[in-house]
Amino acid sequence: MHKQIFEKYPAKDKSNLIALLQGVQDIYGYLPEGALQDVADYVGLPLSRVYGVATFYNQFRLTPLGENVIRVCRGTACHVCNSANILFTVETNLGISAGQTTRDKKFTLETVACIGACSIAPVITVNDEYHGKVTVKEIPNILKKYNTAKPVNDKQKAGVK
Amino acid sequence: MVELTINKIKVKAEEGMTILDAAKSAGIAVPTLCHIKNLFPTGACRICSVEVEGQRGLIPSCAYPVYDGMVVDTNSPRVRKARKTIVELLIENHPQDCLICVRNKNCELQDLSAQYGIREHRYAGESKDHAIDISSPSMERDPAKCILCGRCVRVCNEVQQVGAIDFTKRGFQSIVTTPYNKGLNISDCILCGQCILVCPTAALREKGQLKEVANALNNKNKFVVAQIAPAVRASLGEEYNMPLGTDVTGQLVTGLKRLGFKRVFDTNFAADLTIMEEATELVNRVTTKKPLPMFTSCCPGWVKYIEHRRPELLKHVSTCKSPHEMEGAVLKTYYAKKIGIDPKDIVVVSIMPCTVKKFESHRPELSEDYMPDVDAVLTTRELVRYFNMAGIDFCDLPGSEFDNPLGESTGAAVIFGTSGGVMEAAIRTAYNMITGKELEKLEFEQIRGFDGIKELSLNLNGLDLNFAVVNGIGNVAKVLDEVENGTCKYHFVEVMACPGGCINGGGQPIHQKPEKVIKRVKALYEIDSKMIHRKSHENEAVKVLYKEFFGEPNSHKAHEILHTHYQSRKK
Repeated sequence: MHKQIFEKYPAKDKSNLIALLQGVQDIYGYLPEGALQDVADYVGLPLSRVYGVATFYNQFRLTPLGENVIRVCRGTACHVCNSANILFTVETNLGISAGQTTRDKKFTLETVACIGACSIAPVITVNDEYHGKVTVKEIPNILKKYNTAKPVNDKQKAGVK
Repeated sequence: MVELTINKIKVKAEEGMTILDAAKSAGIAVPTLCHIKNLFPTGACRICSVEVEGQRGLIPSCAYPVYDGMVVDTNSPRVRKARKTIVELLIENHPQDCLICVRNKNCELQDLSAQYGIREHRYAGESKDHAIDISSPSMERDPAKCILCGRCVRVCNEVQQVGAIDFTKRGFQSIVTTPYNKGLNISDCILCGQCILVCPTAALREKGQLKEVANALNNKNKFVVAQIAPAVRASLGEEYNMPLGTDVTGQLVTGLKRLGFKRVFDTNFAADLTIMEEATELVNRVTTKKPLPMFTSCCPGWVKYIEHRRPELLKHVSTCKSPHEMEGAVLKTYYAKKIGIDPKDIVVVSIMPCTVKKFESHRPELSEDYMPDVDAVLTTRELVRYFNMAGIDFCDLPGSEFDNPLGESTGAAVIFGTSGGVMEAAIRTAYNMITGKELEKLEFEQIRGFDGIKELSLNLNGLDLNFAVVNGIGNVAKVLDEVENGTCKYHFVEVMACPGGCINGGGQPIHQKPEKVIKRVKALYEIDSKMIHRKSHENEAVKVLYKEFFGEPNSHKAHEILHTHYQSRKK
């Protein structure tokens, strides 16, 4: 599927590496391992170099995104307003750390340096919705709101893929 | 020519020269860490910073060209302070375990710390914590000890063009690793160890097998024998401050005997055997038009390379085992029978200049009935450690001779240790096989030296044959491309993964003296020139071996014991 993007760029030209990676990520939402190898072969670079570029830039992901993306602002204003505890609460509620995705693929948790909404600090966003002046107590309810779809089945509960 | 002033000394330099090189030519030492001679400078570590009059900041001398009238100070208080801070910051993020480190007393970071008189920890802070990658049988990767100078990355990418490792992530999280941080054993690393030779610390090192060897030597029921590769004898002396290129064959044999090895054999015997098999295979391939060109198979790094990248071309690789594997196989069949010992009780230890040989000895294709041809491989460096541990004063050892019959060898075998040597040895014998005559001039200057690809054409009995020598795995892709699209004119191609051949292998003594390879190569050619027998087919012991055991080269029995097969490792 991702190979159609390659046609837009000449082969063996490493200057197109980032554009190609962006194209691949647009399709899958992340950079699958096989696609990374294909990109490497196409531009004529070793996989290690392509992997190095993909891990250097924050915009590239090597794991798929969850259904909902939570971003916790860790900017200065939010930090002063307790965002460290907000982040900790979200992490414990979801059972993952920042940068990870829950096993049921419902949530991906990320931190942001500043979201630009300091007047309503501390802020978290879920997908495109902003939640301002959040408190630790509100977190479980906010998460519940987005966790509406079908319940997790037994297999997933047991951690079987 | 430009004239500049360095530390108040007038220095003449060529245009385009860096400050670093100009200073060096004037006998002024400037420390470096990320710098590799002859590679494009990166200026990453800043340890070579100098002060240049008229410039606001400090200048990395490895990357800055000289100009006329330039005034440089390489030793101002500002420069010293900056360098000291750089070293202090590096040390703070480096494990403080020098006493138990394999590179203790041979570590560039340690040297710099001593040089700049660092006596306290001024920047205690967070330090990196990484798991050691011990997955590969040849090498260990310890990212905690890495100072991110990038020398390994550049050797792997620019010289060897393998590209197994690179910088990943960013800032404090930066780490030199394989794609997806997978173990070296499953990456497409060819384990050549060139990165070990340039690593300033112990972040990259060989996987030691001293313990296994010591245990075997302590076991009374085991018949432990050693074999020595040609390249080791010309380099090991360096670890004892002998001049570059000192031949220490005699001392090596005595030293190994004193360590407790029952017999000490010469891998050169098997090198002669390899030539008999390989030259016969070549003649067969040329006369029956079987896949040509034929590539040599002595270098396990090269074999691993082609298995990973062009497995469809594996039919072009000679099926001969590499010399030390042949020696092991002969030891556990012919020799075991001859002296009446159960081959299961024989432990073969190879002393090699190479890290991939460790991987090779673990290959399932190179064992018979779960009994490997070679049980353990020690690098030159490991053997020196063992000598030191056993209290053997190497410099004062008397010389002694190899044991027979697997210790007899010719000059053709000695030059296996250098790029072009296998080819030269093969030609000396193939000439005789095809024409029935003996060569008069044995030296082929065209395939000696350090060019990337060396070529030679010969007409043997009306048969035009083209030979090529690929010096360093970074030059092989071009030849493989030609083979793939059918334009390759060569009949026989030698490939050595390390630039210069085994003599510059990943298991050799570590130091950055630039003339080391040239001197070691010279030593091998000198040994060859002094030998009475200089052609593999003149090796009397090999003749006897064929008479008593194998019958003739490439016989059915020879195929069973001396030849192997390969596997695709392409993902």
